[in-house]
Amino acid sequence: MMKQLAALAATALVAVSAPALAQAPNDAQIAHIAYTAGQIDVAAARQALQISHNRAVRDFAQTMVRDHEAVNRQAVALVTRLHVTPAPNPTSAALSSQAAATLHRLSTLRGAAFDRAYVQNEVAYHRTVNGALRDTLIPAAQNAELKTLLQSGLALFTEHQTHAEHLAAQLH
Amino acid sequence: MRALLALAALAGAAASAAAPPSRPAPTIAMAGMHFGPAPAGLRAGDTILFVNRDIVAHTATARDHSFDVVVQPHQSGRVTLRHGGAIAFYCRFHPTMQGVLQVAAR
Repeated sequence: MMKQLAALAATALVAVSAPALAQAPNDAQIAHIAYTAGQIDVAAARQALQISHNRAVRDFAQTMVRDHEAVNRQAVALVTRLHVTPAPNPTSAALSSQAAATLHRLSTLRGAAFDRAYVQNEVAYHRTVNGALRDTLIPAAQNAELKTLLQSGLALFTEHQTHAEHLAAQLH
Repeated sequence: MRALLALAALAGAAASAAAPPSRPAPTIAMAGMHFGPAPAGLRAGDTILFVNRDIVAHTATARDHSFDVVVQPHQSGRVTLRHGGAIAFYCRFHPTMQGVLQVAAR
């Protein structure tokens, strides 16, 4: 059941992002997608910190808050310096609505059921975002500094994905 | 005045000759979500510098709890090696970042 839910969540994310990304996004749209993706993971982690009592899950969630907030601070500083205004777009809107649904679904869970669902969603979410970064956002980015920041983000989020996969295996 | 300056220069030369330049601390980079190679020739009592070139904070944490330092982005942190042996270490925030120090006893 858990695996099916996770697969469904991953499929839903891919489904919502794929059509919107059919056309290469510009830098303002990329900045908005990347920032939104980070904010979504911070919100998920804050929910985990409110609900979970599992030490390893809480440590992971604290790292998500620390890292995604750090990357987003850098993103804001960069777009400010470049005079780029992040542009809302269908991809970031779809990510946000999907995340709201996930937050709502997880809010009804407690204990080990919540821990497993949160971590499984983190695996699926990072896999989807990392795929989008690698295949779409980084190749499409025009500004060299934005591209470099996205590449640093991909290295970081790939570690997050592996960390989440190890955690999921422990919680299984 | 010139004599004073010459004296000061001499004193400076004498001071620098008396204090030989200390060996730079062995350094391990934290970059691209990996620890760089551990320096060779480490000995118990040495101080190691961890230099974080990433955009997020890391830790350098010994599995045997003999050291633990948080290193902010673009900052560095020092740890002192308390004993010899193979000391495994990792980043508490990013556990896939790992390394091993080979430390000779003092």
